[in-house]
Amino acid sequence: MSNSKINLLKPVRPEWIDRLIIGGLGISAGIAILITIGIVLSLLFETISFFEKVSIIDFLFGLNWSPQTAIRSDQIAAEGSFGAIPLINGTLLISAIAMLVATPLGLASAVYLAEYASKRVRNWIKPTLEILAGIPTVVYGFFAALTVAPFIRMAGGNFGLEIASESALAAGIVMGIMIVPLISSLSDDVINAVPQSLRDASFGLGATKSETILRIIIPAALPGIAGSLLLATSRAIGETMIVVMAAGLAANLTVNPLEAVTTITAQIVALLTGDQEFDSAKTLSAFALGLLLFIITLILNIIAQWIVRKYREEYD
Amino acid sequence: MINLTKSAGLNLHKRNGAEILFQSVGMIAIIISLSFLAWLIITILMNGLGAAKHVEIKIPVDLSSQNVDPDNINDASFGSILKSGLRKKFVDVKIRKDKKKLYNLVSPEGSFELKREILKDPTVLGETTDIWFSASDDLSLFIRGRVDINVPEDQRQLSDKEVTWITQLKTEGRIRIKPNWNFFKNGDSREPEIAGILAALVGSILSLSVCFILSFPLGVAAATYLEQFAPKSRLSDVIEVNINNLAAVPSIVFGLLGLSIFLGYFDLPRSSPLVGGLVLSLMTLPTIIIASRASLRSVPPSIKEAALALGATPVQAVFHHVFPVALPGMLTGAIVGMARALGDTAPLLMIGMVAFIVDVPKSILEPATALPVQIFLWADSPERAFSEKTSAAIIVLLLFLILMNLAAVIMRRKFEKRL
Repeated sequence: MSNSKINLLKPVRPEWIDRLIIGGLGISAGIAILITIGIVLSLLFETISFFEKVSIIDFLFGLNWSPQTAIRSDQIAAEGSFGAIPLINGTLLISAIAMLVATPLGLASAVYLAEYASKRVRNWIKPTLEILAGIPTVVYGFFAALTVAPFIRMAGGNFGLEIASESALAAGIVMGIMIVPLISSLSDDVINAVPQSLRDASFGLGATKSETILRIIIPAALPGIAGSLLLATSRAIGETMIVVMAAGLAANLTVNPLEAVTTITAQIVALLTGDQEFDSAKTLSAFALGLLLFIITLILNIIAQWIVRKYREEYD
Repeated sequence: MINLTKSAGLNLHKRNGAEILFQSVGMIAIIISLSFLAWLIITILMNGLGAAKHVEIKIPVDLSSQNVDPDNINDASFGSILKSGLRKKFVDVKIRKDKKKLYNLVSPEGSFELKREILKDPTVLGETTDIWFSASDDLSLFIRGRVDINVPEDQRQLSDKEVTWITQLKTEGRIRIKPNWNFFKNGDSREPEIAGILAALVGSILSLSVCFILSFPLGVAAATYLEQFAPKSRLSDVIEVNINNLAAVPSIVFGLLGLSIFLGYFDLPRSSPLVGGLVLSLMTLPTIIIASRASLRSVPPSIKEAALALGATPVQAVFHHVFPVALPGMLTGAIVGMARALGDTAPLLMIGMVAFIVDVPKSILEPATALPVQIFLWADSPERAFSEKTSAAIIVLLLFLILMNLAAVIMRRKFEKRL
């Protein structure tokens, strides 16, 4: 009766099932790469057909953006003009205002939470601050257009300043507040990662807490903080709804925050909502802008992640 | 000789001052951010709570058989019945322009309301009956005290004449305020007093369901592979960097991808929750993968090793033993990802979910809109009453987000206790 013996060495489950499952899991992981390829290819193809109609030099260095289909003959160009410089300028202006608001607020909050606040205060304040990051951007856009912009206009009027109702300032400030928790929680993490021994050494030499923070901790955490600022900038550049609702569509080439400017994202939305003729330069230009946006944010993200990773290794 | 103690002492005073200053700077930064949050929430609440009230106006309508044929109700001219009812109430109104103003006290939806009322209860037919109608948005704003009568007449929505009519109706008890359940029962409308969020809400739920069904299994599978089975190779490094970068790609870029691939190449129905869900799932996938990996990583290796030692295959060890422990954490990540997808607007604008949708979508292939897009659309409408609706819809959206995040927090707490 030797057949009835169980062969302990032979697995109960055939091995191919496991291989199949692992293979399936591997394919799922590969989908992430597929998405990236999909983004790049879809943007690239449409952009290439756009550059068949409009030269890449005109797009990247042109100073005029008026993509409307020609109605009058005396328009800048019969098929509109597609110079992206005013949009890049507007995007950078609003992002710069946002970062000017968010950087001091975010860093000061992070330092306070990491170094001064008691554990109880910290456990309350940190999640409350993070609500700011969880509020949908369409809500910020509505708030910026309905409340903040008129408020700034009125406040400016008191000082005799003429402020456009869709000023870069209003959109930038609201966007800055939205980004505060992004900077504060990332910076909070890097500040906490600075070894306690550095603080102790500084206190041992008689430094006060603020001196320790300014001269020891922040320099030590600087790469991580820089990484968090870059990520925040990339977020500001890619932000759409706030600028669509509060910054308007006037493609002015100006650095005056009191005037109206438009951004890459706002123009993409304007170009692709409403009636669109397919394959017109107007529609295709949105994809060229999308590719531009993708490249700018990708570069910022890669640098930021590289800095953060490198810094982490230093103290691990 | 320098008196060290003395100079240090002098200095110390200044240094302590700097210390206090520095600490208060941090506190002020937090206070500024939090007061902005409070400003936002209070503004939205104050503005939006008005939409919770629905103003109705009672008008006597002549439903005798010469106006409505009991055998053929549908053919009656409900609009003119309503108008003559209003004229009879205010007999001294003679000029055409004034009559028009008079008719505008009732919502343009009034004639449909009259028809529905009669179909619901045909016993009202045959005589003159008082029936409640939705008031127009201007009347509604006035009754709720949102119109300032001290403003010169030509600068406000209601003229003095209309104000006297309304006051008369009010003293006769012909105006009442009810909770506005219509806001949750109706789809979008050109008339703010009728517009509701049901269609948008259903659109959001459909899109999110598609998004969850696609992104959760895929995300968990990808995370499991990367965390448990992937050989340390260049390829898995590339995938890792790639996922981190995808998580930071602006959402509008995913919308462009959806427009050119799902709509342009695969020709899926425009404006449908199916495409919306697909686009949102691409966006959520990286978030879910990152959260699921963190959750899998936090499972003590001893659990897997114990299973392996007892003869389980690696796949069995992961699916039977690591998975149940990591699941709450993965679900938490998924809920957080879904919450973000619920609030995202830009990618949905790209794939045409900005249509004016009155009817509630019945399947994922029908044109639909989503809650944040509805907010965007209403925010763009010039009527003042729509600003109230926008805020009310924002309150609903925020409530959903709070609920989802609360669920995530509770799940995380439970999960932490078990380990």
